[in-house]
Amino acid sequence: MVQLLHQLSSGLALGGVYAIMALALVMIYQATQLINFAQGEMAMFSTYLAWKMIDSGVSYWRAFAATVVISFFGGLLIERVVVRPFAKAPVLASVIVFIGLSFIFNALAGYFFGYSVQSFDSPFPGRPLFGVGYISAHELGTIFVSVVVLALVYAFFRFTSVGLAMRAAAQNPVSARLVGVRVGWMLAIGWGLAASIGAVAGMMAAPIVYLDPNMMGGVLLYAFAGAVLGGIDNPWGAAFGGFLVGVAENLMGAYVVGEEVKLSVALAIIVGVLVARPSGLFGRRIVARV
Amino acid sequence: MAPEDRLEIWVSRAGWTLAVVVALAAPLSMNGYHLYQATQVLIYMIALIGLNLLTGYNGQISLGHGAFFAIGGYGAAILSSRFGLPFWAAIPLASSVCFVAGFLFGFPALKLGGLYLALATFALAVAAPQILSYKGFDAWTGGAQGLQIVKLQAPAWTHLDPDQWIFVVALAAAALLVWVALNLVRGRIGRALVAIRDHGLAAETMGVDAALYKTTAFGVSALYAGVAGGLSAFAVGFVSPESFGLALSLAFLVGVVVGGLASVGGAIFGALFIEFVPNYADRLSMQFGESAKALPGAIYGLLLIAIMGIAPAGVAGLARALVRRASRLSL
Repeated sequence: MVQLLHQLSSGLALGGVYAIMALALVMIYQATQLINFAQGEMAMFSTYLAWKMIDSGVSYWRAFAATVVISFFGGLLIERVVVRPFAKAPVLASVIVFIGLSFIFNALAGYFFGYSVQSFDSPFPGRPLFGVGYISAHELGTIFVSVVVLALVYAFFRFTSVGLAMRAAAQNPVSARLVGVRVGWMLAIGWGLAASIGAVAGMMAAPIVYLDPNMMGGVLLYAFAGAVLGGIDNPWGAAFGGFLVGVAENLMGAYVVGEEVKLSVALAIIVGVLVARPSGLFGRRIVARV
Repeated sequence: MAPEDRLEIWVSRAGWTLAVVVALAAPLSMNGYHLYQATQVLIYMIALIGLNLLTGYNGQISLGHGAFFAIGGYGAAILSSRFGLPFWAAIPLASSVCFVAGFLFGFPALKLGGLYLALATFALAVAAPQILSYKGFDAWTGGAQGLQIVKLQAPAWTHLDPDQWIFVVALAAAALLVWVALNLVRGRIGRALVAIRDHGLAAETMGVDAALYKTTAFGVSALYAGVAGGLSAFAVGFVSPESFGLALSLAFLVGVVVGGLASVGGAIFGALFIEFVPNYADRLSMQFGESAKALPGAIYGLLLIAIMGIAPAGVAGLARALVRRASRLSL
């Protein structure tokens, strides 16, 4: 029983990371109908920035805030410089550009920070809370942070005028432009936000999976699985899917398929969901007009 | 026939002839490691042609062809080491398994348009090494240690050493598969594949059985990857889960894009690129230290984006444009 609770809680913590990563993916998907394959590497690079700052003596939360801000502008810049020229290109071209981006970030991280694995300290106190050890402080902190991120994103889209404009730009670009929304900039802000959210996911994942240029491969895959499971056009569905996948991954890994083939769970979820229910649990069914 | 078309055909014929001459001269003029690299180029070329049939001609994005390469490699290795089958039986058998696997994967792929297929195959590529090293299959696959197989020995009458022999075998396979691919894409089937890529619904209205073509294209594409994987197993003498990871699948995509989408001949350039760029960077990293390891990644990434922006048809497309311009100048 203790074992099960422990698996559940660490599943929820990982699920929180997947949830915010999935949220970042959905952010870009909603605006452009594209899946950003470079999201993981972008998050990894942001995490390295945070690590570098902490390493040179900046306090954790200050580095955290700085990383989120830098990532925002980085994402904005990438959209403006790299992604924008391909706005009207076929899907294949966009996928290839994203793969290219992920190669570049991976190489940059290796170049600037080296390929050796680094440990990344958790900002939360080391000893388990509640004495018993069902849940470590980092796990609890990660769950907390991911819920805060979800709440902030919700509040941003619900209560701010920029959020409203972004929703308008995503839902109906032509009408939004007619009422004075600068649709292009809204897409860029979407990329910036996605990069910031991804950075948070990276910083939460790093104490668990350790820091190296390939750390986000598995995380990104599970985030994909979560987003697809919850419905890739529904942010809350995707976040819920992320939590679900985290828990499922841990329970399956511990009790059913074993640790070594956990990634296949994600593969099975992605293919299974896409075939059986392509719009996910909470997604809207898309009806295309010929 | 327009003169530039005629010129293009002649240039393409000349190019293929040159490639064949170079390839035939290779085993005589090269030794050991260089010949091994040449064999690798042929192997990659086969895999790239297969992926191009699927992605370039049929528009189905696969980020997971390393998995089919792995099935071919492991299949050939198991058939040869456990059942003692000779290579000429092991490779075709293993690649038939690939055809079936690809054909079956083609069915869920039917329901997944563009991006979703990329997602699903991405997952396949990430999961493949884990599945290969799964303990339950240890008896067959050798788990994380991988599987050792005996390198090919040339028949006595050829007087070739093993490196030369595997090169000749790979060359024969490549020649056959290039011929098959050219005939596939230049005829009815090729036009159907392209029609499905460009406008699926219109193609169906014209009577093309899109589902059949798409699943079969997936199968044939996997078969090519399987032949390449099988040859690679015999060339290296070893298969292990790590060699079939996401990096391999993405390298295939890079090769197809660099060589040129929807071009058979472009595969030569793509294969040369993915064989030699990382190698060259490795040599550089000896001079410039650890950080040069980042080079292939950076080059891959920049080239992918640049090619998509400037020359979406890759090296083959550039060559075609050059020929056209030349023919217009001379007239």
